[in-house]
Amino acid sequence: MANTATISNKSLWSGGVEPLKASYGKLMMWFFLLSDAFTFSGLLITYAFLRWSAPAYKGDPSDFVFSTEYWPIPEKVYDAFPGFHGVELPLIFVGLMTFILILSSVTMVLAVEAGHRMDKNGVVKWMLWTIIGGIAFLSCQAWEWSHFITGGDVATIGDIFKNGRWVENAEIFGANLGYNQYGPPAFAALFFFITGFHGFHVFSGVVINIITFFNAANGMYEKRGHYEMIEKVGLYWHFVDLVWVFVFTFFYLI
Amino acid sequence: MEQTVNVVVQPVDKEKIKGIWKVAGILAIITAIEYIFAFYMDAGTLRNVIFVGLTIVKAFYIVSEFMHLGHEVKGLIYSVILPMIFIVWLIVALVNLEGGAVKSSRGIVDYAPAGSEQVDDAH
Repeated sequence: MANTATISNKSLWSGGVEPLKASYGKLMMWFFLLSDAFTFSGLLITYAFLRWSAPAYKGDPSDFVFSTEYWPIPEKVYDAFPGFHGVELPLIFVGLMTFILILSSVTMVLAVEAGHRMDKNGVVKWMLWTIIGGIAFLSCQAWEWSHFITGGDVATIGDIFKNGRWVENAEIFGANLGYNQYGPPAFAALFFFITGFHGFHVFSGVVINIITFFNAANGMYEKRGHYEMIEKVGLYWHFVDLVWVFVFTFFYLI
Repeated sequence: MEQTVNVVVQPVDKEKIKGIWKVAGILAIITAIEYIFAFYMDAGTLRNVIFVGLTIVKAFYIVSEFMHLGHEVKGLIYSVILPMIFIVWLIVALVNLEGGAVKSSRGIVDYAPAGSEQVDDAH
């Protein structure tokens, strides 16, 4: 008994023992993701709090018009699609973005799975698809942002604080951090912060994916004997997808 | 450095690949259901609860299958899930209780167009 205890104690502190049966890198990635989830939760809590304490629109949705006085109906804000100017396609474009991100998550799982089998070509192929998916998502977001900033054809009339003074009954087109045509100033500010913070995560994910893609293609992980780095990067990429699922619900559906 | 690289590529497990695409299909179907509710159901508390519920189902599949957490040891599962349960509790509390309380204490009223109110009075 005493013998085994000393042996296990020794091996416990000399490395080689994995707490929670996960390697150091994976465990730290999980805890990083947990802390990152807290950051996103902070943003979503702010959104929820501001939105549910703002005046809501209680009329018939078909009569809805934009005003700076009340919170907009999301379907009325996000109804544009590239190449279909003036056609109302509510939530279709954001649906496409969701689809792209879920698909790139699937290709990431397939890359991790290929890594388990030491299939270098499989890892390289699926990592490349994941990178393409990430870039496609970012491009969609760039279009959505530019459309959101430019605004629609009809101006919203409201009081705005511009160049250091209040302008009454100003014509508002598009959105910026100070005021926007869709609703109260907080609406666009939250849109920029939350989708922007998520987009920045996607961007850094794409950069990390590109680095690991080249490492895998150069045979670095094959020499190392395992593709654990792909798993860790995969965890991060799935987290980005997970956050989008929440952003999609809270920002576009509710 | 002198290691000789002798890599054996293992064959593809068809069942595993099928399982991955099955989870992807489930995520796509849940998203489609969310769209049906978004287009054919009037906005309200019930619809919001449905949306959040479906989101949590999607999150479960992503975390448990894609991120492989469902196949880790219990200690790791709980150390990730328990803090998140408290966070979700906080979000719900701030949405339903704090947001509404601040709204009523500030005397903020919802906007209803003049026409729709007249319709209500007529009945």
